Amino acid sequence: MSFLSMEPIALEPMIGTVTSPERGGVAVFLGVVRREHAGRGVTALEYSAYHAMAERECRAVVDDAEGRWPVAVALRHRVGHLAVGDVAVAVVAAGGHRDEAFAACRFVIDEVKRRVPIWKKEMYEDGSVGWVDPTDPAGIRPARPMEEPAG
Amino acid sequence: MRTISATAVRIRVLLFARFAELLGTADCELALPAPATVRDVLARVRGMPGGEAIPERPLCAIGLEQVRPEDPVCDGDEVALLPPLAGG
Repeated sequence: MSFLSMEPIALEPMIGTVTSPERGGVAVFLGVVRREHAGRGVTALEYSAYHAMAERECRAVVDDAEGRWPVAVALRHRVGHLAVGDVAVAVVAAGGHRDEAFAACRFVIDEVKRRVPIWKKEMYEDGSVGWVDPTDPAGIRPARPMEEPAG
Repeated sequence: MRTISATAVRIRVLLFARFAELLGTADCELALPAPATVRDVLARVRGMPGGEAIPERPLCAIGLEQVRPEDPVCDGDEVALLPPLAGG
């Protein structure tokens, strides 16, 4: 199973892969496409990735979390064209109790943002397009127009 | 097996997201005088049309592992230049 998905993320199967009768605490984090960024209205966005490295980094993040806490973790990140309200990333952490589940879930989403090579191109209400850049004071750098999604 | 060639280092540069847009390509082949470092690769790419907007020290990876500008590049390496990450 890969961590990156071109298809919408199905949460229930993810939960099913990590729950067990011993794991009584299950924490879920969903990152959802917001309709606003840096004061601009977002209409759609596109995630791209360095696939081979992103898969490897996701694996490492999950392994790190499962090494630090007694949990089982499921992680998926969308790539491709997304609309406002779509789930961009999902983390499920299941442990014996809620403390380790919440801690591992928080760790995984923070590490995904910090080390997984994924990029986000946003389309705005005024027709302009930008690359999200957390290192830039404006948060956005100009981009070329987005290609229409196939189909 | 990464080997250091006596004369030239031939590598493939992978460009992503905004960097690919700036250069107008997702990859290119380069030959550099040996020995070469990631910094030499960056200097060459930043000298290409559109490349001047790439920062001096972007995130870089060789063989899916992050590397530093002073790290060596070897014949046959794939050197990935990564814009600021924006996943999640």
